[in-house]
Amino acid sequence: MSGELILFLTLALIAVATALGMLMSRNAIYSALFLVLNFVTVAIFYLLLGAPFIAMAQVTVYAGAIMVLFLFVIMLLGAESLAGEFNLQKLWFPGMLALILAVETAYLLVTKARPVGDILPPEAVANDPGTLVELSKALFSSYLLPFEVTSILLLVAMVGAIILTHKEKVVKK
Amino acid sequence: MVPINYYIILSAILFTIGVAGVLIRRNALIIFMSIELMLNAANLAIVAFSSAIKSFSGQIFVFFVIAVAAAEVAVGLALIVEIFKSKHSIDVDQISNLKG
Repeated sequence: MSGELILFLTLALIAVATALGMLMSRNAIYSALFLVLNFVTVAIFYLLLGAPFIAMAQVTVYAGAIMVLFLFVIMLLGAESLAGEFNLQKLWFPGMLALILAVETAYLLVTKARPVGDILPPEAVANDPGTLVELSKALFSSYLLPFEVTSILLLVAMVGAIILTHKEKVVKK
Repeated sequence: MVPINYYIILSAILFTIGVAGVLIRRNALIIFMSIELMLNAANLAIVAFSSAIKSFSGQIFVFFVIAVAAAEVAVGLALIVEIFKSKHSIDVDQISNLKG
């Protein structure tokens, strides 16, 4: 068992445990913090896969910006936990659906999963600045239109969020 | 050297946990976080495949997915805040105005 496989298994264990922690926490703040940990773990996976740019984007955008927004909203609403959310009478049907899905996934993984195709060792890809240069060249040449459309999408989302939460002020003269 | 399908298995497990979160939880914020978890699991699978075929087009795709997720979170959280203002609850079972 190579060192990289041990690292992978440890990180995979952390990722699954934090995802389950997110699912099971009664307090939404704990859920958000578990999810931050999960995102950071996935960022390390991206580094292992030789995608340093995506790893950094993951940490700054997901674990940074998005989760801070989540924490702000949770604290703003004061809606950390719902009363009776883990009521078993209401939970059995969705719980059964989730269980069926989990069994299906497990069945597929057990029957179909065979080791195929090794991933390059990280030092061969991750620390090569050429990858990043190639990535940015492609992003600003062949993917220029999607890139610009994304910027418009972000602008529209920003305007939409402001309009949704904006309060009409009645000005009395 | 980690076989690529280990990454796919991990991605499938994370995705299943995300779906379970959407099904089981009633707190709208946690349902939203579960959706983020599912997006993240899909991203992991895309990057793993892209790394296996030694191409970076998958990384560019994941970059766009992250940008769209950021936009989605901004609008979605604004909607949740608005729902909370009118309903004083973010329990998704309470949002049943259109139910006959």
